[in-house]
Amino acid sequence: MFYQDCANDENTPVHPVSAPDYMPVEQLRALQLHRLQGLVKQVYANVPLTRKRMDERGVKPEHIKTLKDIALLPFSIKNDLRDEYPFGLFASPMNDIVRFHCSSGTTGKPIVIGNTKNDIILWQQACMRALAMCGVRSSDVLQVAYGYGLFTGGLGLHYGGEGIGCAVLPISGGNTDRQLMMMQDMGVTVMACTPSYFLHLIDEAHKRGIDIRKDTKLKHGIFGAEPWTEEMRTKIQDATGIIAHDIYGLTEICGPGVANDCQYHNGLHIFEDHFYPEIINPDTLEPLPDGEAGELVFTTLTRTGTPMLRYRTRDISRINPKQCECGRTIRTFERVSARSDDMLIIRGVNVFPSQIEAGLLKSDKVLPHYMINITRDGDLDKLEVQVEVTKETLSDEIKALEHLRAEIAHSIQRIINISATITLVEPNTLPRSEGKLNRVKDMR
Amino acid sequence: MKIQQISLFLENKPGHLNAICRTLANNEINIVTLSLADTQQFGIVRLIVEEWEKARDVLEKAGHVVNLREVVAATVANTPGGMAEILDTIGKAGVNIEYMYAFTYRHESKAVLIFRFDDPDKAIEALTAAGRDVLDAPTLFAK
Ligand SMILES: [Zn+2]
Repeated sequence: MFYQDCANDENTPVHPVSAPDYMPVEQLRALQLHRLQGLVKQVYANVPLTRKRMDERGVKPEHIKTLKDIALLPFSIKNDLRDEYPFGLFASPMNDIVRFHCSSGTTGKPIVIGNTKNDIILWQQACMRALAMCGVRSSDVLQVAYGYGLFTGGLGLHYGGEGIGCAVLPISGGNTDRQLMMMQDMGVTVMACTPSYFLHLIDEAHKRGIDIRKDTKLKHGIFGAEPWTEEMRTKIQDATGIIAHDIYGLTEICGPGVANDCQYHNGLHIFEDHFYPEIINPDTLEPLPDGEAGELVFTTLTRTGTPMLRYRTRDISRINPKQCECGRTIRTFERVSARSDDMLIIRGVNVFPSQIEAGLLKSDKVLPHYMINITRDGDLDKLEVQVEVTKETLSDEIKALEHLRAEIAHSIQRIINISATITLVEPNTLPRSEGKLNRVKDMR
Repeated sequence: MKIQQISLFLENKPGHLNAICRTLANNEINIVTLSLADTQQFGIVRLIVEEWEKARDVLEKAGHVVNLREVVAATVANTPGGMAEILDTIGKAGVNIEYMYAFTYRHESKAVLIFRFDDPDKAIEALTAAGRDVLDAPTLFAK
């Protein structure tokens, strides 16, 4: 299962672990169908909720004859995991479960996922393929600043890194001073954390006189666990000279390693031999063809602990109908910059926080420390964006700062079509990320 | 002939200006003069201090963002018409004043004007040619 033999050869752009990424499409579809049929049988036999739902629709496992027949199957949603807490959706006996992961909801009970030995191995393979796609090799030093524990981020990247043969630094989240010291002292070449935490590290490095370009060996960033934007990628890359990759995953599907972007950044390649993707219309629940935007749905073709049939992610995206120029046959979806759960309705208009971020970053000089506040004044929703003043934006003239405010307001309004009040605030006063950062305060 | 001015961003909230002054006082930095420009929402405080490098360092360390700008200091007689004359000279030279502020010394009947010009070199040239007293840093801080 380990690939250290040829993994250091920079002249071999395709890492051996990436072989399934290039499987001929017909073979891939046949494999997916075969795996889907096996999965449906297992779930039907072991998960009462799914069996009941299939019976209500008159669907039996043997009705799955083509991949299109997946549309016969019922969806699953996050609330199913809550309703069946803790073990109701487990499809394997506890004897076969080797590890739990949880994801804390905003309210009430967490959701619990069980992993069998096989699930852990396949998840590691997926994370290895994600890292290999970013160009990570066994000579790399990987700093994992995702949280370790019930959250999947830390352990997922950790196992992936060890599988590739990297030297893994399992530092977990928080403690900025130690992060920066170790990054330099250990010769870290790859950083894995949330994009908001990396921005915080850039800032703190700057304050301490550390130039990430010169004083560290950092080449790659593997950023995920929260939605971010193409504009943010540009900012991070320009500020540090590293290549920023987007890794996608969710606890319900396994964790990080469901999808990842290659060097062309044409969206994220789905490891679809394990995670079968669909896009559906979130209102009618009809499957949509590749190229159309809708809600991303995954079926875990190979998982056995807590397999998911047609799990609705609430993420809005589209599957690219064109093959990526890297030659991989596994499809890509457009980066998720919107979660339907994150959608705000302000003055009757649907607004995603990522759109506000994109507007903010379009006005050139602003580095993204900001907060979005929504309040209600009588019947009217008020949108305020607090933006920290930076060395680059600070002027000695009022009119320059007023101009900056107007520029940001204009740039945001052009995207979301409603006006926002821009409040400039003193540096280092807005909350910083120590992991996942919530930049929205809805006080209505 | 130019003087370094330090500008800081300030939210219009109680105690914020005080915090800046306290940081400087704790580091034994004397403020020669201070000017505040503000809107309803925020302000910019501009400071003239002798040890501007030290002031910048301690303020940045305290988490402030500091903007440095070269300004011009000139004296003017603290009598009616003194100001008009100097503005006349500047106007004739075709230089724009972005902003200005003034302060007086206790023992002299002259006021010091601090100017931020769009073209400080041209302004200095015109002021000097008209016989105005443009102060360099040692002279300003010696007063
Ligand atoms: Zn590609």
